Amino acid sequence: MTKKFFTSLLFIALLAGCASGVKLDDVPVEDKTATSSGASTQVIRAEPSAVQTGVSGAVVVEKSASGIGPAGVAHVVYFDYDSFVVRAEARPVIESHARFLQANKQRKANIEGHTDERGGREYNLALGQKRAEAVRQALTLLGVSDAQLEAVSYGKEKPAAQGASETDLAKNRRVEIRY
Amino acid sequence: MKLVFLRMGLLQSLFKLILLVLVVTPTWAQFRVEVTGVGTTQLPVVIAPFKGESTAPQRLANIIQADLERSGQFKSLPSDSVLMDEISRPDFSPWRQLSAEALLAGSVTRLADGRYDVRARLWDVVKGQEKGDFRDTVAAADLRISAHRVADWVFQQLTGTPGAFASRITYVTKTGGRYLLWIADSDGENAKSALSSPEPIISPSWSPSGTHLAYVSFELRKPVVYVHELATGQRRAVANFKGSNSAPAWSADGNFLAATLSRDGGSQLYKIDLSGGEPQRLTQGGSISTEPAFSPDGSALFFVSDRGGSPQIYRMPARGGPAERVTFAGTYNISPALSPDGRWMAYVSRVGGAFRLHMMELATGQVTALTDTSADERPSFAPNSRLLLYTSVFQGRESLMTTTLDGRIKARLTGQGGDIREPHWGPMRK
Repeated sequence: MTKKFFTSLLFIALLAGCASGVKLDDVPVEDKTATSSGASTQVIRAEPSAVQTGVSGAVVVEKSASGIGPAGVAHVVYFDYDSFVVRAEARPVIESHARFLQANKQRKANIEGHTDERGGREYNLALGQKRAEAVRQALTLLGVSDAQLEAVSYGKEKPAAQGASETDLAKNRRVEIRY
Repeated sequence: MKLVFLRMGLLQSLFKLILLVLVVTPTWAQFRVEVTGVGTTQLPVVIAPFKGESTAPQRLANIIQADLERSGQFKSLPSDSVLMDEISRPDFSPWRQLSAEALLAGSVTRLADGRYDVRARLWDVVKGQEKGDFRDTVAAADLRISAHRVADWVFQQLTGTPGAFASRITYVTKTGGRYLLWIADSDGENAKSALSSPEPIISPSWSPSGTHLAYVSFELRKPVVYVHELATGQRRAVANFKGSNSAPAWSADGNFLAATLSRDGGSQLYKIDLSGGEPQRLTQGGSISTEPAFSPDGSALFFVSDRGGSPQIYRMPARGGPAERVTFAGTYNISPALSPDGRWMAYVSRVGGAFRLHMMELATGQVTALTDTSADERPSFAPNSRLLLYTSVFQGRESLMTTTLDGRIKARLTGQGGDIREPHWGPMRK
């Protein structure tokens, strides 16, 4: 996976939008290095605050870029309430991604688990992880190398639908296959 | 209302004025903390406006009054028109007629170097005696902290327990697709943002020293645990293993984090040495283990697991070992928080379809529901174990709330605008 991430500081846009009252000269300068494992280490230089509130200017991070997967293939599979079982109807989608990943051994996929909004954030993160790992396992059983796959969870943090109806909740219980 | 400085002979007419004020003026008109509920025993106190505060950057008396009211242990009597400072000689009789127990007055004075001198005096109204004096000299930007220190001092003087109003809290807001991590005073005000990201930020947790936060950020398209030094903005990823990394909790000595990692499949607890080295796995098996919380003495680790078929809170030795179940009532008990005094565990329990804050007395296992709301999340204790901070949907809005441990007095902290979540109460300031 050529996972590129940009953590450039957008001074002006963020200061304009930020209600923290951070002064321009308080904004830290970021010196970012990526280690071989993909772990990010960010060194932020900023003057320690003179007052006892002791909070330096906000560290600002930007969106990571995402890659493109197989064309014309759905990338979302849905789950029943409180379930981690991949439904039969999801098989064609998973098989398409398996073929793509086997044909493109250098590509890597993020298998992202999601839950509906009910319950705690951390517990939902663990539930979303179970869904992601179920899809990862399905891909592995179809012959995809585990090294091409990473099962992660967003829990309830990124709902696909904002409403609270059962239809909305069902849209949020999902796994997204992202590149 | 034109104010004149108090003299002894004015007290009778002042008393009439106070009665008028009692009818027409909400006591917290200039402050945004809303307090609801009635306590069993609330000490009536008078907090006079500080002399000089009308031209100072902060209205100290309002901040002190809101702190004391939020604690649930005080009821402030109307005092907007009281004109005195710490060197006044009060006539106690009108206050006794209002059943006041204590009277606070003070002043704030700008010094030649730009700093402010904050002085206060507390009187026992019943005995008609002075109880003590307070003095603090601070930069203009620290006047709110100084007001919180006065509240801490009054709290200690009148209850015998240290106050915790000068501590700080953290929380996350989501506004227009942007997630912001905030550091604020314990009343939710004076917030400074420490992190701004287009991706979610969850589970911020204060280090025991109050100098660092650990949190989960999704900026790398997956949950990664960071440790962030507040004074410098310096931060590093301390858990960025394959899979999800979440739920950081500090050990009492600040040298380790317990966290949930999925590097070996499933969500399991690990101990992470902040000076480096491989994480040490603490839980085994195929079920979920997450939301670790150390007991205040560091000997036990509380956590949430579905090993019994539904999410329940368990306790195990902090070094690892057999776990015992702690919650038994209900089928969904999550988010344990231990009081610093070791007596209480706050957590969220599903009752019907509602997620409500509950309290367990650890010695007896006795459980009390603290709210009747339906979407309570993430309780944490004040460092003096006297208040809880959590979020809820209150009167139709996502709200940052405090409650007393008996659930009787609740306050909504306005905080920053936007969807507010993931609060955590920091330690006492050193």
